Amino acid sequence: MFEYLLRFIAGGIAVSAFAALGDALRPKSFAGLFGAAPSIALATLLITLSHKGAPFAAVEGRSMILGAFAFAAYSWSACLLLKKLMVASWLAATAALVVWFAVAFGSWALWFSIP
Amino acid sequence: MIVHLNLPALRETHWYEYLIRFVLGGAMTVITGLIAARFGPIIGGLFLAFPAIFPASVTLIDKHVRQRKENAGLPGVRRGREAAALDAIGATLGSFGLAAFAVVIWLMIELSPAVALVLATAAWLAISMCAWALRR
Repeated sequence: MFEYLLRFIAGGIAVSAFAALGDALRPKSFAGLFGAAPSIALATLLITLSHKGAPFAAVEGRSMILGAFAFAAYSWSACLLLKKLMVASWLAATAALVVWFAVAFGSWALWFSIP
Repeated sequence: MIVHLNLPALRETHWYEYLIRFVLGGAMTVITGLIAARFGPIIGGLFLAFPAIFPASVTLIDKHVRQRKENAGLPGVRRGREAAALDAIGATLGSFGLAAFAVVIWLMIELSPAVALVLATAAWLAISMCAWALRR
């Protein structure tokens, strides 16, 4: 239970710090880089290292590569929905999550099906 | 355009918007931990790059830009969406940095965890900034 409380606090602080940096930076396209900051990864890996060790964290890092490319597909899709279709931002950001799941799990299935 | 800090912009964000991001970030970190505990590090690792905060950020940007325009008596919907799209382009470029972060963690964390975390964060920033500069 304490581990999850620690995760909650660490994740909240990391996400808030990167988000505040993104709010304050200009131009907006540069500030957008902070939308893909490794905030959750940093908070999670710090706690994973102390509880489960470095080999566990290394495997998480390898899978995270696929998650990061899924993130690229996700934010690009959200951008298209916002720019071309003028969809409401909350709807674009939520609908594009389908792309994240499809690319993340699709590439995961491909990667791990290769002998 | 030169990159700079606009600290007064932080005042545009209400306290409850900071709270929402803190809770979302905290909750997503807990969920990532639960997924890794239940399904193992291969599936758990995918969620280290889950866009947890992006939906809230992009919605706030849209809202702030729209309000600014509407307070000036101008229609703000289009400008709000364009600002949100610009943020999404930045996040797309940043995700290449996120992939670099993951590669460094994968290859180095068993050698030296502290050095790996520092180098991975530096790699994220460097690759993100290079991608942004190249796009310009």
